[in-house]
Amino acid sequence: MHEIVAREEIAKDTWRYIVRAPEIARQRRAGQFVVLRVYEKGERFPLTVVSSDPDEGTIELIFQAVGTSTRMLAKMDVGVEILDLAGPLGRPTHIEHFGTCAVLGGGFGMAPVIPIATALAEAGNTLIGINGARSREYVILEERFRQICDRVEICTDDGSYGHRGFVTDVLQRLIDAGEQIDYVLAIGPTPMMRAVAELTRPYGIRTVVSLNPIMVDGTGMCGGCRVEVAGEVKFACVDGPEFDAHQVDFDMLMKRQRMYSEMEGEARKMFEPHSTPLCCCKEGGHDNNRGKDEAAADARAASRPAGA
Amino acid sequence: MPEQPPGQRVRNFDEVPLGYDAEAAMAEASRCLQCRRPLCVDGCPVRVKIPEFVRLVAEGRFSEAARKIKETNAFPAICGRVCPQESQCELKCVLGKRGEPVAIGRLERFVADWALQHGKIQAPELPPPTGYSVGVVGSGPGGLACAADLAMRGHDVTIYELFHAAGGVLRYGIPRFRLPREVLEAELEYLAKLGVTIRLNFVVGRTATLDDLMEDHDAIFVATGAGLPRFLGIEGENLLGVYSANEFLTRVNLMRADRFPEYHTPVHCGDQVVVVGGGNVAMDAARTARRLGAENVTVVYRRTRAEMPARTEEVVHAEEEGVRFGFLASPTALNGDDDGWVCSMTCQRMELGEPDASGRRRPMPIEGSEYEIACDTAIVAIGSRAHPLVPETTPDLELSTRGYIAIDDSGATSKEGVFAGGDIVTGAATVIEAMGAGRRAADSIHRYLTSERPTDEDG
Ligand SMILES: Cc1cc2nc3c(=O)[nH]c(=O)nc-3n(C[C@H](O)[C@H](O)[C@H](O)COP(=O)(O)OP(=O)(O)OC[C@H]3O[C@@H](n4cnc5c(N)ncnc54)[C@H](O)[C@@H]3O)c2cc1C
Ligand SMILES: Cc1cc2nc3c(=O)[nH]c(=O)nc-3n(C[C@H](O)[C@H](O)[C@H](O)COP(=O)(O)OP(=O)(O)OC[C@H]3O[C@@H](n4cnc5c(N)ncnc54)[C@H](O)[C@@H]3O)c2cc1C
Ligand code: FES
Repeated sequence: MHEIVAREEIAKDTWRYIVRAPEIARQRRAGQFVVLRVYEKGERFPLTVVSSDPDEGTIELIFQAVGTSTRMLAKMDVGVEILDLAGPLGRPTHIEHFGTCAVLGGGFGMAPVIPIATALAEAGNTLIGINGARSREYVILEERFRQICDRVEICTDDGSYGHRGFVTDVLQRLIDAGEQIDYVLAIGPTPMMRAVAELTRPYGIRTVVSLNPIMVDGTGMCGGCRVEVAGEVKFACVDGPEFDAHQVDFDMLMKRQRMYSEMEGEARKMFEPHSTPLCCCKEGGHDNNRGKDEAAADARAASRPAGA
Repeated sequence: MPEQPPGQRVRNFDEVPLGYDAEAAMAEASRCLQCRRPLCVDGCPVRVKIPEFVRLVAEGRFSEAARKIKETNAFPAICGRVCPQESQCELKCVLGKRGEPVAIGRLERFVADWALQHGKIQAPELPPPTGYSVGVVGSGPGGLACAADLAMRGHDVTIYELFHAAGGVLRYGIPRFRLPREVLEAELEYLAKLGVTIRLNFVVGRTATLDDLMEDHDAIFVATGAGLPRFLGIEGENLLGVYSANEFLTRVNLMRADRFPEYHTPVHCGDQVVVVGGGNVAMDAARTARRLGAENVTVVYRRTRAEMPARTEEVVHAEEEGVRFGFLASPTALNGDDDGWVCSMTCQRMELGEPDASGRRRPMPIEGSEYEIACDTAIVAIGSRAHPLVPETTPDLELSTRGYIAIDDSGATSKEGVFAGGDIVTGAATVIEAMGAGRRAADSIHRYLTSERPTDEDG
């Protein structure tokens, strides 16, 4: 049902997919996401709906292949169906005419920034876009960002493209230069979002972040995605994912995001491209049609610690 | 009934009670007195024709027995396993006054399993299509039972389920050692034979609203359950290693974290696990933790064993499997280490005071009685709340208290053509009550569809 109709690698390990999902395409609004599962034994994981085409019945996903699930997705070619795709989930972004908005995207955070920036622009806001990345090869969606924003600043950690430094440096410079900023949106790695929150706090600029805790169902049924906002527990999947940056307990979020880091490493080892029974791609000349049980037995053997 | 020995079963997720063989079932069934006014039937929320089916078992006529049960209960293989018979049919059994009641639940399970194994479950002859279409929201026992009944009356039924697999709590909540998934699969297959369509990954309120669905269907049944976890609201509840029972069980049951990394969803289960709560959910979490390898599993409950809402069988099984109980204790804080992982739970001792609204004696904290239990995983199983997605996105759906949907005696909500039942109406209850509600709603929906509409409603 959810066929991949187009895909391209827009930067190193960063993919843009167009997927058939007519109902989601019709319903989704800026800020919402989908939960996917790419094969029988896969995890449920969230990705932002970057844009949708209700007429074509398709949605756009942009993701970085960082771990098991996203790397598996990145191996799936045009014509393949995504096993499970549910959404659109989460609260749509609260959009109004704020005035001048600074929209900050860090790394793959650019993907979720695009739809919200688009909606802000459509609501008549003036947009200053700030895109930060590790280095030139990780700068994504630049052209598109330039089309949406009135002005775009780019910075890289190593200075290989645009300004050298972080998005916060650029934002600070704008504020110091007397730019009147009424609203800030920041999406990216958690430390970046925290830094932006700390920067704007003394100026009292309304600042919104989109949190990415670990999710399971994405509909409020597990509480795994809980975050603390203004001292209250919120479920990011249904109460968010966007929250007032000045009220978020980022420490807690960062700790919770690392809850499974050891186990994720273990799972990732099983997905060294082409070397495991779980590789679902068509490359590498291995046989994808082996019995499930056979593959499972191999997988178990592979996961057993030496000497056990 | 023979069971897997505790030492063996804590190392697998296979079913614990092994079930009767034909001979044992017939012997048990022949104990039934065949009362003229069978009280057991009054104890059953769907009024299974108990004496009739039990007599058929005693006579060795198993497939007839299966058909007899199916007349009122579409999913006996499930109910035979998870119903609290000790507080329903078996509680009313006359034999129970002097000795052991007839093991009605086990017989039900035997009959249903026998019929499944012998391929005796054929879809009944379906009446010609009525041309009416009904949407069912939620594929838990309530939705499944309603869908089956409606399909058998010739209506076209589509179930919408937000997860990627059907069954509701039967899928993500109740562990496979109590309800093997083959049983659930078989029941779902039966539903497919009845022509019911299930649309997975469909989040009503998000993928489409209830009002959108009304355009495709002539009536709707909402059975979205009470799947939202409740937390304690104490210090430290967001530490790493602290789970809601829902999350812990979903990771294992739905996502198969017990087979990580072959399945990619991880679960963290340490060596010292505390589970807070005293219901079936707490028992399931504790027993699952044992199977994931936790050495010490302690259930902390604020009243005593006598007040535990869990089924006796579950408590006994948990004990046999080495789960320990800390009664009259209530957590006041969870304490973390430097990395943010939970390392202990502070509890306060309680004593029982006057009876409260539920009739159970109210636990009262004992001043200065705090103590700590070391733990590396804590699981909160203190109940659940209504699933809010459908109510939130359906403004004209009237609610009762705490977000549950209000219905009249027929199961109808305040919204024309929309019916509701199961946990989303009653709050967390039982599988069979949800099924009963689904069946009653199917009756009402059938009447609603086939009676003159929309004005002739004064009957
Ligand atoms: C609301 C939301 C929207 C998102 N949108 C995008 C997007 O548009 N593009 C994009 O590239 N990424 C997005 N993410 C992040 C994306 O979900 C993770 O990168 C992905 O789940 C990693 O899975 P993995 O198996 O490939 O990696 P793993 O090796 O399993 O994990 C890598 C890291 O990803 C995070 N993660 C792992 N599993 C989950 C999970 N089930 N839910 C959430 N996070 C998890 C953890 O912090 C982990 O440390 C979003 C996350 C959320 C919560
Ligand atoms: C761990 C556990 C153990 C239990 N053990 C027992 C037992 O031994 N015996 C017993 O009798 N009872 C037991 N219960 C209680 C019993 O399972 C429930 O009372 C019963 O499942 C309620 O059925 P339901 O159909 O109302 O809802 P549920 O079973 O909760 O099903 C609701 C379904 O609706 C779906 N849904 C929700 N919102 C939407 C939406 N917006 N769109 C689409 N789908 C949606 C959910 O994903 C779910 O699949 C247990 C419960 C739990 C959690
Ligand atoms: S992901 Fe389960 S409650 Fe949010």
